[in-house]
Amino acid sequence: MIQLSEVSKTFPVRQKTGRLRRGRTLVTAVDKIGFEVSPGEFVGYLGPNGAGKSTTIKMLTGILSPSSGRVRVAGLDPSRRRTELALRLGVVFGQRTTLWWDLPLRDSFALIRHLYKVDQRRFAARLAELTELLDLGPFLGTPVRQLSLGQRMRGDLTAALLHSPALLVLDEPTIGLDVVSKATVREFLARINAEEGTTVLLTTHDLGDIERLCRRVMVIDHGRVAFDGTLDELRATAPADRTLIVDLAGDGVLAGLPDGVRLVRREGPRSWLAVPPDVSAASVVADVARACDVADIALREPDIEDVVTRLYRGSPAPA
Amino acid sequence: MVSTWLLLARTWTRAALQYPATLAMLSAGVVISTSLDLLTIVIVFLHVPRFGGFEPAGVMYLYGGAHIAFALSNVLIGSADRLGEHIRTGNFDTMLIRPVHPLVQLATEDFSPRKVARLVPSCLVLGWGISRLDLSPGDLLLTALMIVNGTVLFCALWVLAAAAQFVLLDAAQATHVITWGGEFTVQYPMSLYAREFLYAVTFVVPLAFVNWQPSLYVLGVPDPLGLPGFVRFLGPVATALLCLVAAAAWRTGLRHYRSTGS
Repeated sequence: MIQLSEVSKTFPVRQKTGRLRRGRTLVTAVDKIGFEVSPGEFVGYLGPNGAGKSTTIKMLTGILSPSSGRVRVAGLDPSRRRTELALRLGVVFGQRTTLWWDLPLRDSFALIRHLYKVDQRRFAARLAELTELLDLGPFLGTPVRQLSLGQRMRGDLTAALLHSPALLVLDEPTIGLDVVSKATVREFLARINAEEGTTVLLTTHDLGDIERLCRRVMVIDHGRVAFDGTLDELRATAPADRTLIVDLAGDGVLAGLPDGVRLVRREGPRSWLAVPPDVSAASVVADVARACDVADIALREPDIEDVVTRLYRGSPAPA
Repeated sequence: MVSTWLLLARTWTRAALQYPATLAMLSAGVVISTSLDLLTIVIVFLHVPRFGGFEPAGVMYLYGGAHIAFALSNVLIGSADRLGEHIRTGNFDTMLIRPVHPLVQLATEDFSPRKVARLVPSCLVLGWGISRLDLSPGDLLLTALMIVNGTVLFCALWVLAAAAQFVLLDAAQATHVITWGGEFTVQYPMSLYAREFLYAVTFVVPLAFVNWQPSLYVLGVPDPLGLPGFVRFLGPVATALLCLVAAAAWRTGLRHYRSTGS
């Protein structure tokens, strides 16, 4: 479905170097990356801001032309055959809508039907199906500008899928959504992928999205693919510290820290401890509770950002 | 492409009609503001019998033809002028992922029927001019062709102006020089201008072919530059060349499009 080999994208950036003089430097956003995605896969595409995620997605969808290398999506060169590719591609940007601001959802969908040349009967059936899955019924007649973020996202998803694309590309689709909306969106995406065999490429900063949906995770950093595998493999590659939050009773002093456990931060009676992956959290809790007077204790699992951050730095968890 | 244009334009018109009072006032505003230049010409004629060597009917013929061509091009593709803004907001990315030529989407984005209102005063002026001139059926046909050619020529200028905004994001105002400035230039008899400027608008930015050159033939006036007679009919050639330049500029711009961070 997607093939990239040796793909790079560089941007010239102008900078002021003197009073009037301006220098031009080349910034490499994507540096010779290569990967393949087979039909039916659900792939999570991770990376910090500025790692080249959006640039990759824009090259896959034909918005940007690569500076070098070969990109093929559904067998087409995206930047040269963008219009043709658009018919087989659904794209959702979490940060902005692809719908028409002043039109009711229903009219936006009708317009999309024309633009994508979807047959009227198939369109009606598809819209009915998506309306039910995403519960769009109550706000089909509302102009997009009056929709809540969650409603708008569901509308955007519908718009991207009305023409039954083979590939769905999602750029942070759950950003800013509440828990219920997130769950709806995730359940829907899993279903589309499982039942219709739609290939999905998802970028996100949300661990939940990845854990719930992606069988395969790719991490990009500094324009290169830093990891490509399953989520468990990712955790194993770059194990991260868990955080133990200890509230001491009274004016107690924290003591009894086992080897390897570091005190990261301290604020009044509360302390944050970094527990490396090879140390049992239970034994740390026991040791601390034995040594001092503890009021409360909480353990926080590393989130994907920590794991990923560790991976970027290329260093194992500090001992 | 045409059906898509019509569909998108109709959709935006429907959106605009949600606020009928606003639309009516904006349309009235457009009619009034476009009529102000006309008022200047009328005032000039209150003091002198001829303007740039032309009598009132000839001047109105030039003015009407120029404004109709510009207004039509503005209806068709004038919104492309807002490319820089769409790039900044990221809206242009959305246009690129739809299976429709981005120029068609740009041209119809936020389409408002008030642009059509510009045609009203210009059509009245041209009609008045023609009624005062003694034109043969051949001349009338040539007038129609002149307007079609002028419209296409202005469309090419809109595309050029849009293409420039791929590089100069904030250049919408600067690119107005060739679009709105072009309209301003061609509405008066070009005999008013300096020779150097006349050469420039004939051979560099071929604005003279919007209405000036063909009108010289229709009105039977000699060319102040003394260019040979066949030049009066070179409009389509100039337009075709300009279209090629505009298409090349657009393609180059699109290839170097860098999107915005998101």
